[in-house]
Amino acid sequence: MKAETTGDQSLSRDLAQTLPVDRKLEQKAISLRIDILKMLNIAKSGHTGGSLSCIDILVELFYEQLKHDPKNPESSSRDRFILSKGHAAPAIYAVLADSGYFDKKELLTLRKLGTILQGHPDRKKTRGIEVSTGSLGQGLSMGAGMALGLKMDQLRNRVYVLLGDGELQEGQVWEAAMASAHYKLDNLCAIVDRNGLQIDGAVEDIMDIEPLSDKWKSFGWNVIGVDGHNFSALRSAFNVAREIKEKPTVIIAKTIKGKGSSIFENKVHYHGVPPSDEELKTAIKELTSCQK
Amino acid sequence: MSEMIATRDAYGKALVALGEREPRIVVLDGDLSSSTKTGMFAKRFPERFFNMGIAEQNLMGTAAGLASLGKIPYASTFAIFATGRAWEQVRQSIAYAELNVKIVATHSGVTVGEDGGSHQSVEDISLMRSIPGMTVIVPADAVETEKVIQEVAKYNGPVFVRLGRMKVPVVFDDDYTFRIGKAAMIKDGTDVSIIATGLMVAKAIEAGELLSAKGIRARIINMSTIKPIDEAIIEQAAAQTGALVTAEEHSIIGGLGSAVAEVVVKKHPVPVEFVGIKDTFGTSGTSEELLEYFDLTASRIVTAVEQALKRKNHG
Repeated sequence: MKAETTGDQSLSRDLAQTLPVDRKLEQKAISLRIDILKMLNIAKSGHTGGSLSCIDILVELFYEQLKHDPKNPESSSRDRFILSKGHAAPAIYAVLADSGYFDKKELLTLRKLGTILQGHPDRKKTRGIEVSTGSLGQGLSMGAGMALGLKMDQLRNRVYVLLGDGELQEGQVWEAAMASAHYKLDNLCAIVDRNGLQIDGAVEDIMDIEPLSDKWKSFGWNVIGVDGHNFSALRSAFNVAREIKEKPTVIIAKTIKGKGSSIFENKVHYHGVPPSDEELKTAIKELTSCQK
Repeated sequence: MSEMIATRDAYGKALVALGEREPRIVVLDGDLSSSTKTGMFAKRFPERFFNMGIAEQNLMGTAAGLASLGKIPYASTFAIFATGRAWEQVRQSIAYAELNVKIVATHSGVTVGEDGGSHQSVEDISLMRSIPGMTVIVPADAVETEKVIQEVAKYNGPVFVRLGRMKVPVVFDDDYTFRIGKAAMIKDGTDVSIIATGLMVAKAIEAGELLSAKGIRARIINMSTIKPIDEAIIEQAAAQTGALVTAEEHSIIGGLGSAVAEVVVKKHPVPVEFVGIKDTFGTSGTSEELLEYFDLTASRIVTAVEQALKRKNHG
């Protein structure tokens, strides 16, 4: 079953129904970007750039790809999603709230004492979060464990793991990559949010991960390169991945860090800095102007 | 002399028995299945065994993923790799997430022997004990190991079980009952209490006999669950015997001795002497030689008891 959208239905609802699916998702992504920026602004801390770079990937996954049921998050027939780059928590929280996993007003409690929305995803506290992440490099191993277990039980559900590109510097990712190919986990799909920046600067300057596609290929993975902000491109990549047998697939999604507003785009500074009140206002103006 | 069985051998056997009864059991190992004895399970249930190669971080993460599906993973490798190499994966992927993974590590302590200090974990209890929500169990012998392996499967949460390589005396009968968090009084006594864990329990029993000959009545307690520790039995021992000795094949920093002392100071601060490894790494040698070398012997426990009694009587 597809997620039922129980969240904010904007005025553009009727319009959206007349638009092709991509246009609808684009509108959705714009309103989620605004949610992300508002959350971060109120929290006064958190990761702006990486949340904005991966939100389109999350939108395609949660509204078009994943089998999931916000009313029954533990359903055994669900696909699994792991946000290995856990610092993009605002992005997954925005999507989960919009899908109806919890009340949208929780978003305003991000990172505050007593919140269900911890600084990094915590499965104990948030409905819809499968595992706890945030310490980089650990998500793909957990995804591989899920994929192994699902195969063992002859279940056909899929496991999706979203990784950051800087995160690929962690050795454990490659242990997991090796094991996933060894166990022929074709029900596992990794997505790399290739935004090219990490806290200290450009990935290529800090610790170059290229040739990235060749690395995954040599580890036995099927590799697909895609524009991470293009819904139909993402969709065809996920569709191809679903048909690949005997090996896991990685989708290397080229993205723009801070995507959505010129204030944040491609700026290292906004890796871990929230928008100020002024920046929020300007960014919302920019975003809503694309929403027409 | 009682029968000698390594706790890792008891583990291999217990795991197969558990696998027969409980279909949710899955086992992961890091290329050490012939040493950890998970190979026995692998042979019987190849479809439920995953050799993850020499990659312990991924081993722990994969176990977490399997647990999130409702499986009961037993993740095994040597203690130094399970708790050292993969500490952060154990913390983040397993414990922080409250996932039901049983980390059963063999080759703990100096009795690993000839492989030397690089492979001898003297700090694993300390490392696991400090992780919030982690249960830490050190069985004394083969009988207790079998019971522990069955019992922890019924408990929903992360557990660390510490096992050894060398053959150790069987101290319990088959009718022994193990419960998580419950220590067992092996022998009552009123002068002093010896609280031991793992292979030092047999040494404590031996020390008890040496002390009897000297007219000292020692209470002997098997503290197999280091966390959550049996506070009641410690407080009672402190109140009733007035002096304690702890004995463990582990650093005296952060292990059983520390855990006991943390309890003792709260209500009944009595003299405590620590028998254990004194802030040093292990070294090559046979297991037996190393127990002597690191003073992990019955006679060392006797000396510690005498020191504790001196403090008790002249304190």
